[in-house]
Amino acid sequence: MNTNAALTVSDVSFSYGAKKALDHVGFEIPPGHCTMLLGPNGAGKSTLFSLITRLYDTPNGQIELCGYDIKKRTTRALANLGIVFQQTTLDLDLTVMQNLRYHAALHGMSRKVAAQRIHEELERLDMFERRFEKVRQLNGGHRRRVEIARALLHKPALLLLDEPTVGLDVPSRTSIVDYVHSLARTGHIAVLWASHLIDEIYPDDRLIVLHKGKIRAAGSVDEILQSTGTAMVKDAFFRLTQGD
Amino acid sequence: MNILHFWRALWGIVGRELRRFVTQRERFISALVRPLIWLFVFAAGFRAALGLAITPPYQTYILYEVYITPGLIGMIQLFNGMQSSLSMVYDREMGSMRSLLVSPLPRWFLLVSKLLAGTFVSILQVYVFLAIAWAYKIHAPWQGYLWIVPALILSGLMLGALGLLLSSFIKQLENFAGVMNFVIFPMFFLSTALYPLWKLKESSLLLYQLAKYNPFSQAVELIRFALYGQFNQEALLYTLTSFIVFITAAIIGYNPSKGMMVKKGGG
Repeated sequence: MNTNAALTVSDVSFSYGAKKALDHVGFEIPPGHCTMLLGPNGAGKSTLFSLITRLYDTPNGQIELCGYDIKKRTTRALANLGIVFQQTTLDLDLTVMQNLRYHAALHGMSRKVAAQRIHEELERLDMFERRFEKVRQLNGGHRRRVEIARALLHKPALLLLDEPTVGLDVPSRTSIVDYVHSLARTGHIAVLWASHLIDEIYPDDRLIVLHKGKIRAAGSVDEILQSTGTAMVKDAFFRLTQGD
Repeated sequence: MNILHFWRALWGIVGRELRRFVTQRERFISALVRPLIWLFVFAAGFRAALGLAITPPYQTYILYEVYITPGLIGMIQLFNGMQSSLSMVYDREMGSMRSLLVSPLPRWFLLVSKLLAGTFVSILQVYVFLAIAWAYKIHAPWQGYLWIVPALILSGLMLGALGLLLSSFIKQLENFAGVMNFVIFPMFFLSTALYPLWKLKESSLLLYQLAKYNPFSQAVELIRFALYGQFNQEALLYTLTSFIVFITAAIIGYNPSKGMMVKKGGG
C-alpha cells in the first residue's frame, strides 16, 4: 500500500437494503495525477463519493484521506478534502465573494487569509472581476469555476469532482478540464474525477472503471488499453462494462 | 482545529443566514404579515367573544390583543423553525446541505450553529413585530423588551430543534405539507397562544391536558412572563428539556452511522 496516497479506499462494500451498490471496492489516489472514475449511470460513483465525504457511513471496509480514517478522524480527514458536487451547491442569492467567505469560515480561515486566498483562486480562474456579482447572474460555466475556486480555497490534498462538466457548453467544459489537469500536475494535488465523458481523459491520466458496484479495471490509460486489447479508451470502457 | 475555528465557522453560518434573510424580502414580509393579520383581524373580531380573567403575569384586565401578542411571537418562531427545516430539506435535495456537512467540523456543531442562526433571524422578526404592535398601542414594560431576549433564544432553539428533527425524517420536499397539517397547526391551536389554559379546561379536559404538555405552550408562557419582566420556572425547565430532547434526536438523525440519512439515501 502506498503510504503517500491522498486517498486509500480498502475493501469497501455498501448496500441500499438488499441492493448492493458497492462490492469490495479498493483503490488508491496518488498526488500529482488526475484519476478518472469512469462508470455508466448507476455504477456506484455517487455512492462512493458519499462514502468518501462521510455523508454516508462506511459499514464495511476502510477509507483514509491523507492517512486519516474518515470514520474515526472525520474532521482531520475532511480538512484535506475539496469537493465539487454534481449539482451546484452555491447560494444563488449571495455574491461570489459571500459564498467563498462562507466556505473560508467553515474551514476556520481568518478574514485576512480568506481574502488573500479568494483573490488568488479567483484570479487563477479569471473570476476576480466578478466577485461582487450574485451567483444567480453567472452562467453555468462561471458557476462551476467559482465552485472549483471554493473547493481549492483551503488548499486540499485531494480534489473530488462529481461530473462537474455536465450541462456545460464545449468551451466551458474544455477550459475546466484543462485547468483541473494542470492543477494536478503543477500543484501536486490528487484529483479524483467521476465522469462518463471519455473525451475528458488525458493520456497521462489514471483510470478506474466502476461497473455495477465493482472495479473492473484500474491503472494508467496505457495499462488499461493493453489489458483490454483495445486502441481507444472508449472501446476499452465499452468492453469492460458489457455483459454482467 | 481550535476554538477560533469554531468561532469563525459559527459566525460564518449565522452571517450567511442573516444575509439570506435580508436578501429574501418576500420571506421577511410574509413572516410579518401572518402574525399581523392575527393581531389586527382575528384578535379584533374575538375581542368581544373571549372574556379574560386576571391571570399571571397580568395584574389587570387586558385586551385580547395584549393576550395573544406573546402567542403570536411564538407563532413567528414556530413558523421560522419550520421554515428553517423546510430550507434544510430543500438544501439537501438541491445539494447545498452537502457543502455544510462535509466541512471539517463535528456534525453536532454544524447543526447547532444552523439552529442559532435561525434563532437570530426569528428574533429580528419578533422585534419588528413588537415595534408594530407598540405602534398599535400594545405596550409591555420596557424591561420586558430586554428580558424577552433569553426567552426568545431558548424558545427559538427549541422550535428550531424540532424543525431540524423533522427535517431529518422528511425525505422529499413534497412531504413537508404534512408537517403543516400534523405539526404546526396542532401545536399552535392546542396551546396557550390564543386562549388561556383555564378557558380550555372549561370546554374539554383532554384538550386542556394536551395544551398543558405541549412544548409550544410552555415556550409561549416563557415568552409571556419574560415580556412582563417575570420568570416562569416551570416553563423554562419544560422548554429547556424539550430542546435537549429534540436536539439530541436531531443529531442522531443526522449521524451517518446511526440516523436516517443512509436509509433515505440523502445527503
